[in-house]
Amino acid sequence: MRVMAIVKASKDSEAGVMPSEEMLAAMGEFNEEMVKAGVMLAGEGLQPTSKGARVSFGGEGERTVIDGPFAETKELIAGYWLMQVRSFEEAVEWIKRCPNPHDEPGEIEIRQVFEAEDFGEEFTPELRKQEERIRSQAEQNQ
Amino acid sequence: MAEDLAQDALVAALEQWPRSGVPDNPGAWLMATAKNRAIDRLRHGEMAARKEEEMGREVELRARLGEHDPAEAAADEIDDDLLGLIFTACHPVLATEARVALTLRLVGSLTTVEIARAFLAKESTVAQRIVRAKRSLAEARVPIEVPGPAEREQRLASVLEVIYAIFNEGYAASAGEDWIRADLCEEAMRLGRVLVGLMPREPEALGLVALMELTAARFPARTGPRGEAIPLPEQDRSRWDFVLIGRGLKALKRAESLGRPLGPYALQAAIAACHARARTPEQTDWERIAALYDALDAISGSPVVRLNRAVAVGMAFGPAAGLELLDGLAGEPTLRGYHLLPAARGELLERLGRTEEAALEFSRAAALSGNARERAVLQARAGCVK
Repeated sequence: MRVMAIVKASKDSEAGVMPSEEMLAAMGEFNEEMVKAGVMLAGEGLQPTSKGARVSFGGEGERTVIDGPFAETKELIAGYWLMQVRSFEEAVEWIKRCPNPHDEPGEIEIRQVFEAEDFGEEFTPELRKQEERIRSQAEQNQ
Repeated sequence: MAEDLAQDALVAALEQWPRSGVPDNPGAWLMATAKNRAIDRLRHGEMAARKEEEMGREVELRARLGEHDPAEAAADEIDDDLLGLIFTACHPVLATEARVALTLRLVGSLTTVEIARAFLAKESTVAQRIVRAKRSLAEARVPIEVPGPAEREQRLASVLEVIYAIFNEGYAASAGEDWIRADLCEEAMRLGRVLVGLMPREPEALGLVALMELTAARFPARTGPRGEAIPLPEQDRSRWDFVLIGRGLKALKRAESLGRPLGPYALQAAIAACHARARTPEQTDWERIAALYDALDAISGSPVVRLNRAVAVGMAFGPAAGLELLDGLAGEPTLRGYHLLPAARGELLERLGRTEEAALEFSRAAALSGNARERAVLQARAGCVK
């Protein structure tokens, strides 16, 4: 199964303060461990919200663009990992061993990724066309 | 100290796990833990408390001599031990089944129960297979170590074969209801990545990981609503997993950048990459695929490769060219019962407008097919062509 581990922001990350050399080394090592264990699929750091924007979806097809920075630092996202694990518990164990990404207390949230089988029998237009083709072929042969 | 920890991990791996309760995540995960224990111990001074002066002096000396710090050295030794364990579990003195079970148990993260379910075997059968495998290794006096340069290539081939066998087992099962069997593909990819982490400059390890990731990327599009297999040209490519495609293409690039001629896994990965890069079937670079099959044929000599090559040539240079190559395979003993040979002939004949011959070939293919659904599809094509 796959999970996404979401690193929440901090005052420093929002201020664009670069992590210390020590922190970068520790984080680099942690990343390397995940890679070597075959667990890490992808991961990126995100720039502060001052360099970002939000698109707001109003009623009646309304779209508004709001430039950052944004408030509620604790709820903002500073980075993520996409991980392949045997169980949710394994993901938790990995993240518990992650060095604290910030100089202050913070959070990393872990969420499960929807897999193909979670969608059940959802048809895309292609599949629908394909099914029609198979059905008509079968009918022809009767 | 590194030896102590390595011994710990190995002894635990070889002896304790089947008897005591199984930790949730054995194998590679545990090795990573052992490595971290080593680093933690060194940093938090458990060892330092005992050998403080000695270590302090040694660290200083090493730092001045520009050597690695002891934490790194410990990590390297443990990496070597994990690699040694992998090579041992995949030793050719064991039958493939035994190698697969032992590798999944010692290096992978599956329990005996999960391995049994994955291979549709009884738990007791798998447990015994593992016990007997360890005994065979002990009797053959196989050392737990990374093989030397003389044997390295052959032993590596054995490791890659085991990982690919696990992947293929999962691949065959992935269209079915039981996702624990499909998980085998994930397990194989994970083992492959662990191997690449330990042997980052080994192009065939990278090639195998690329091949598995590029193949697995197509899984979400492989199965229709009634469980039927959807062939590649008809798959909804928007369902392909682009994270895996990105990773697979990257791994392939790394393999190619190592500057050695591509081996069989890397070549197969390169073929899969051609499909992965095509947004629609019409955009497929069949000429490149045909050239890659040429290279693969040169090193593998497999009739199935030559069959696939003929199909690719037929796509790239027209059906007559493909048919000529297929004619060359007519007497091939190993392909005698293989339904894809007449199926390929039927395809090319149909494109040449030789409809009666095509229908005959499709019927022939249907008769040889071992799969009811596939047979129905081939019979339908025989009917359509007439």
